[in-house]
Amino acid sequence: MSSQTTTAAPYRRVARSLGAGAPVFALLVVLLVALAATDPGFYEPDRFLAFVKRAAPLVILAAGQYLVIVCGEFDLSVGAIVTAGVVAAVEIYGSFPNAPWPLITAGLLLAGAVTGLVSGLVTTRLRVPSFITTLGMMLILEGAVFFWTGGSPHGQLSEGFRQLGRGTAMGRLPWAVLACLVAGCVAVLLMRSDFGRTLIATGDSERAAALAGVRVHRARVIAFVLSGTAAALAAVLVGGFSGVSAQAGRGYEFEAITAVVLGGVVLGGGRGSVVAAMAGAFSLQALFTLLNLQGVSGALESTVQGVIVIAAVGLGAADWSRLRRRRTHSSGGRPS
Amino acid sequence: MSGTTVAPPPASPKTRAPSRSRLTDPAVGVWLAAAAVTALGWITVAARGGDFLTLANVVGILQNCVALGLVAVGQTAVILTGSLDLSVAYLISLGTLVAATTMEDGGVVTAVLAVLALSAAVGLANGLIVTGLKVNAFIATLGTAFILRGWIEDNYTGPAGKVPASFQHLGYDRIGPVPVSLFLLAAVAAAMWLITRRTRFGHHLYATGGDEHAARLSGVRTRRTVIAAHVLCSLCVGAAALFLASRLGAGAPWAGTEARYDLESIAAVVLGGTVLAGGRGGVAGTLGGVLVLAVLDSVFNQLGVDPFFKNVVRGVVIIAAVALYARRGSRRSA
Repeated sequence: MSSQTTTAAPYRRVARSLGAGAPVFALLVVLLVALAATDPGFYEPDRFLAFVKRAAPLVILAAGQYLVIVCGEFDLSVGAIVTAGVVAAVEIYGSFPNAPWPLITAGLLLAGAVTGLVSGLVTTRLRVPSFITTLGMMLILEGAVFFWTGGSPHGQLSEGFRQLGRGTAMGRLPWAVLACLVAGCVAVLLMRSDFGRTLIATGDSERAAALAGVRVHRARVIAFVLSGTAAALAAVLVGGFSGVSAQAGRGYEFEAITAVVLGGVVLGGGRGSVVAAMAGAFSLQALFTLLNLQGVSGALESTVQGVIVIAAVGLGAADWSRLRRRRTHSSGGRPS
Repeated sequence: MSGTTVAPPPASPKTRAPSRSRLTDPAVGVWLAAAAVTALGWITVAARGGDFLTLANVVGILQNCVALGLVAVGQTAVILTGSLDLSVAYLISLGTLVAATTMEDGGVVTAVLAVLALSAAVGLANGLIVTGLKVNAFIATLGTAFILRGWIEDNYTGPAGKVPASFQHLGYDRIGPVPVSLFLLAAVAAAMWLITRRTRFGHHLYATGGDEHAARLSGVRTRRTVIAAHVLCSLCVGAAALFLASRLGAGAPWAGTEARYDLESIAAVVLGGTVLAGGRGGVAGTLGGVLVLAVLDSVFNQLGVDPFFKNVVRGVVIIAAVALYARRGSRRSA
C-alpha cells in the first residue's frame, strides 16, 4: 500500500487524487452552479474576485492544515494564531505608528513559524499527541493575547498594512487573491517535491517511512512550521480585510480542518491531495455565500453547514472505500 | 487517531490492572499531582496571609468540579473507544434550555426525562454517524455540534424558561457540608467506573479502543460498542446540563459554550492519563484531572491572578502532564 502511494507514476497520482477528492470537486461545481442560478451577477469579474478574496484566508489555512493532517497530526492552534497575529499587529502599530508594513508582515510570519516550530518540537520530541499540543498552544496564545491587551484590543492598523487584505494590485486583482494563488502554488510544488512524498509516507505509516530513511520528526516539524506560517499569513489578510477584533480567528481551526476533510483528506494521514483540500475550503466559502444569498436565517446556517459536512464526508468515505476495494482486491481490509 | 503513538502494547486491562496500581500509573500520578497542587496552593496562599483550606473553599472547589466532571466522565467512555465527542458543549446549552422550558410548563420529572431522551438521541446520532457513515469522529461530532448550534440559535434568543425552586435543590442544597450535586457526580462516576471496569461491555470498550481490527476479529461487536459509548457520554452530558440548569435557574444558550466544555473535558480526560488514541486510561484518572484543573482555578482566584493568564498556565500544565505520561510510557515499554 505504502509503496503504491509513495512511488506511483504521475498519471496514477492524478487519478488517485481525483479519486479521493472527486466528491469535493463535484460539490464545488454544484455549489458554483447553484450560486450562478441564485445570483446571475455572481460571475462578474469584480464580484467573483471579491468572493475569492473572502475565501483566501480559509484557503491558505486549509493548505497549511493539509500539510499537518497528511502527516498524521492536527493543528488546532491556527485560529488562535490568527487572533494573536491581528492583535499583535495592532499593538505594534500602537507603539510604533510609522513601522513599515513589510517589516511587520515579515515579523508576523516569523512569529507564526516559531509557534509552529514549538508545537512541532513538543509533538515530536516530547511525544505529546498533537491534538493536545496544539490545544494547549491555543489556550496559551488566547490567554496571552487577552492578558496582553486586557481583554479588548484597540487601536488601528496602518493603511499600508491593510492593503494586503483589502487593496488591489495592478488595477483589479486583489492582493489577497494573489497571496492565495502564491500559497496554493507553493503548496502544490511542495507536495510534488521529495519533501511532499516523505510527508505523505510519514502519515501513511510512520514506521515504514522511518525504516526507509525518512527523517520522520523533521518532516513533521517542518509541516507544523509551515502551518504556523500559513496561519500568520491568514492573520495578515484577515486583519486587513475585517479589521481588529479579539474574535478575529475564532472558529477558523475547525473550519480549516472541515475544509481539509471535505477535500477527501483522511484524518490520520497518508491520503489526499492539497488541491482537493483547497477546493474544500472554496466549497465551504461557497456554501456560506449561497446560504446568505438564499436568505437562510443566520441561525440555521450552521445547521445546514453541519448536515452538509457530515453528508459530504460520509458520501466521500463510502465512495472512496468502494473504489479502493475494487482496485486493490487482495489487500486485507484495514479499519479506517 | 494520532500518529505519534505507535501500536499500543497488546495487554488486556484485566490482567494488567493489579500490577499497574503503582506510582507510575497516570491515574495515581494525577491524584498525587492534585495533592501536590493543593499543598503548593496552600503554601502560596498562606504565605500571602490567606487561608486556602477553609471548609468553604474546599466545598467551592468540589462544587466547581461537578459540571466539568460529569462531562469528562462521559468523554472518558468515548475516548476509551478511540472516538471523540466535540458536540458536548452545544448539547449542554440545549439541555439547559430544554430542561428549563419544560419545567416551566410541565413537571420536573418530564423535564428530566426529556433532557435524558434528547441526550440519548444525540449520542445515538453521533454513534451512528461515526460507525454507520464511517465519518471520522472529529468531523462527525463537529457536524452535530454545528447542527445543535443552529437549532439553538434559531429557537432561542437568550435565556429561556424557569427552573422551579424544588429543582434548584440539586444545585444549591447541602447535606452537612457536602453539596448534593457532588453526590450526583459521585454516583455517575461510580456507575461509569463499574461499567468500564467490571462489565463485559467495559472490556469491549478497552478492546475496541486498543485495536479495533483485532477486537472485531475476536468477536467484539465494535460498532455497537462505539454507539453505546456515545450514548453513555451524551447521557452524562445530559446530567451536567440538568445540574447547570438548576444552578443557573434558567436555560442559557451559552451555558456549555462559554466554559468550552468540549475542549476542556477532553483536556481533563487526557490530563487524567487516558490515551487520546483509546484503549488505556479510566474514570479515576479523569476525576483527578478535573480536580487538578479546579484546584488550579481556585488558587489563581485566591491569588488574584489575571483570569486570562490562567489559560496560559492551563495550556502549559496540560502539555507538560501529557509529555510526562509519554516519557513514562516509553520507558516502560523500552
